[in-house]
Amino acid sequence: MMVDALQGLLQGLFGAAFPLVWAVLKIVLIIAPLLLAVAYLTFWERKVIGWMQVRIGPNRVGPWGLIQPIADGLKLLFKEVVIPTGSDRSVFLLAPMFAFAPALAAWAVIPFNDTLVLANVNASLLYIMSISSIGVYGIILSGWASNSKYAFLGGMRSAAQMISYEVAMGLALVVVLMVSNSLNLGDIVGAQGRGHFADKGLGFLSWNWLPLLPMFVVYLVSIVAETNRAPFDLAEGESEIVGFHVEYSGMAFAVFFLAEYANMILVSTLASILFLGGWLSPVGFLPDGILWLFLKISAVLFVFLWIRATFPRYRYDQIMRLGWKVFIPLCLVWLVVVGVWMMSPLNIWK
Amino acid sequence: MEFKTFVFYFLSAILVLAGLRVITARNPVHAALYLVLAFFTASGVWMLLQAEFLAIALVLVYVGAVMVLFLFVVMMLDINLDRLREGFWSYLPLGSIIALLMVVEMGLVLGGNYLGLFESSVAQAAAEDSNVQAVGRLLFTDYVYPFELASVILLVGIVAAVALTQRDKRKNKAVSPSQQVFVKARDRVRVLQMPAEKSE
Repeated sequence: MMVDALQGLLQGLFGAAFPLVWAVLKIVLIIAPLLLAVAYLTFWERKVIGWMQVRIGPNRVGPWGLIQPIADGLKLLFKEVVIPTGSDRSVFLLAPMFAFAPALAAWAVIPFNDTLVLANVNASLLYIMSISSIGVYGIILSGWASNSKYAFLGGMRSAAQMISYEVAMGLALVVVLMVSNSLNLGDIVGAQGRGHFADKGLGFLSWNWLPLLPMFVVYLVSIVAETNRAPFDLAEGESEIVGFHVEYSGMAFAVFFLAEYANMILVSTLASILFLGGWLSPVGFLPDGILWLFLKISAVLFVFLWIRATFPRYRYDQIMRLGWKVFIPLCLVWLVVVGVWMMSPLNIWK
Repeated sequence: MEFKTFVFYFLSAILVLAGLRVITARNPVHAALYLVLAFFTASGVWMLLQAEFLAIALVLVYVGAVMVLFLFVVMMLDINLDRLREGFWSYLPLGSIIALLMVVEMGLVLGGNYLGLFESSVAQAAAEDSNVQAVGRLLFTDYVYPFELASVILLVGIVAAVALTQRDKRKNKAVSPSQQVFVKARDRVRVLQMPAEKSE
């Protein structure tokens, strides 16, 4: 095989350092396409929203406007990063990295199919929860370091929003790991491939989204709130309320947006793996494969864009009410329901 | 040197430096950030010991939740950096007693290897079970009552915090969303029919 030949070649070249080189190579193979996907997600978003609003969207730079994201990136790179007076310089520059890094680090444990995963650890779901909980630092620190009341209040607001929806999201994930009896993402996908409907060749009815439909809905809404996307995008509501990144400019500002889109791809991947069967094929007569995973991720991402084009922005107290007074009680009740269901003779997750 | 040893010393050096900076940093927010770094590296060290559940829980709970609230509080306080160092000498005796106690305690734990403290009958985790399963099994079998008791105490803590902050009747004018959704346009808007004015 080609992979084996490459492995042999590298082993000869680097000797004892080979495992390190091999790991770095694998990381690059995940990160590079991911960054490209982030860039083209912004392009896709502008196109889709354009079509939904009967416009054409970006169409000037390159054929069909395809070079637009690269042009945007270059423009932002060449802009000056203005650092406000009295701001905490090091923390100010550190904050965007805090926002972006977790979105990349979480990919270490994401499986692409049965064998294709960088680190197959047993507690991968727990790892993802803990890594993504670090992302909130980028928001708090950027708000504080800007030395501006508005940025500070915006940071507090967005951080409180993220923490609130993390609780609902975590509870939804607890239900998933209960029925899958594992914290390993690969095993969670495997558990969705078994069941009454999967045996009849209708695999998509065995995936977690159907038996755990309320949790799927809670998870979908929570990830939109968690990534600070419309209709929960108070940070970007420049007409009525300002967010934590008002003082940022140039590439420092762009990194916050890269983080937002990278997080969108990450949570969409998680939704596909946890609720939509990952790389499993929806019907029996088609083979499983990585292509299905990409298709599902794209579908969830499309929902993100669709929601943004459709709904008006929530008010802040409505966001908090939805998180704390609707989703968390719903999750707690459903947790008990699924627990009883699993103990009853009607258990479908044997 | 083995790679694992190198990683251990690397993480330990960062951990010790970060710990030192927590107490020497002038800015309280920086101190809190160094504490975050210390927690994160400590979780790396635990990961080396193959205690992956504890390591991840440390990041999830302390870095992801506790320190965020800590930062909230520290940032909200109006701290005068110059006045922070006042009273250093008057606090020194109490501080040094506490420091001495901690040194003794750490000495006992770290010297445990030589004093034979670790030859206990506590079972080592089974190799084939994952950490999470082992911890979960113990929590729900042997330690189920202490575990439930701890959760009830936490619940009481939550209720107490809410009760303390919500003693007065709320005075804000927010409308309840459950009433809001039932609002109809005809309750609020009156459409008038007016004859068009003619210009003369």
